[in-house]
Amino acid sequence: MASETKGPNRPLSPHLQIYKPQLTSMLSITHRLTGLALAVGTLVLVWWIGAVAAGPEALDDVNDFLSSWLGILLMAGWSYALFYHLLNGIRHLFWDMGAGLELKAAYASGWAVVAGSILLTVIAWAMALGNVGS
Amino acid sequence: MARTPLGRVRGLGSAKEGTHHWWMQRVTAIALVPLTLWFVVSVIGLVGKPYAAVAGWIGNPIVSVFLILMVIATFYHAWLGIQVVVEDYVHAKAVKITSLLLVKFLCFVLAAASIYSILLISLSG
Ligand code: HEM
Repeated sequence: MASETKGPNRPLSPHLQIYKPQLTSMLSITHRLTGLALAVGTLVLVWWIGAVAAGPEALDDVNDFLSSWLGILLMAGWSYALFYHLLNGIRHLFWDMGAGLELKAAYASGWAVVAGSILLTVIAWAMALGNVGS
Repeated sequence: MARTPLGRVRGLGSAKEGTHHWWMQRVTAIALVPLTLWFVVSVIGLVGKPYAAVAGWIGNPIVSVFLILMVIATFYHAWLGIQVVVEDYVHAKAVKITSLLLVKFLCFVLAAASIYSILLISLSG
């Protein structure tokens, strides 16, 4: 074993900085980043449900925060992260079934994820803002 | 990667849990597609609505059950996902084990707190 893995002439894979950024690798790291961002975002979900359980004043506090600039900025980020991670997650699931792995298909689905996540975020916010004050 | 004869027989690989982790990450991902879409659409419908409408929605028995399912799928999926990320980047053994335990604990506590709140709303409604 050791002789196989420790040979002095073993070729090394180039370090990450060597690679030119490409759509596919960017989308891959973004999947990881959005997954982590969503995990942090669950704190707001838990806070929101807990506030509803605690009563109207507690829910007012959450709503005040969510309608502040920071709140809106965070919700914009989390909504985009959710749509991105959801669509790219579906892309992953197709790969797991062996579909869409060819380079051309991977690029096409990649661009579809980028366009789809932006579109869904815009639609969601248009619907939500349409409900404000209604 | 040295595998003992017993380990080879069990066929669980060096991570010692076979494909279970990978498989549950997919199962929770598939469940989360309809659950999160339903949740987002519903919450958009609640924007601007008074407290009673929000509590009434969460407290609806069917909604409560699906919310609890979403909470379980979310925190199970997040736990498995973060675990992979920790294993990729954290290599010092003590830090790694501590982080993995902390992630598991936090996911469990947040899931329990959410489910408790949903039940409170549902049962008091
Ligand atoms: C909405 C539906 C969702 C789908 C379809 C989905 C799908 C996936 C898939 C397929 C993976 C595995 C990717 C891989 O093998 O590299 C993954 C990883 C992950 N997901 Fe999700 N996910 C969803 C929602 C969420 C949510 C709500 C969270 C957070 C609470 C989350 C957090 C993560 C994390 C942290 C990872 C690990 C990232 C990595 O290993 O690079 N996901 N997701």
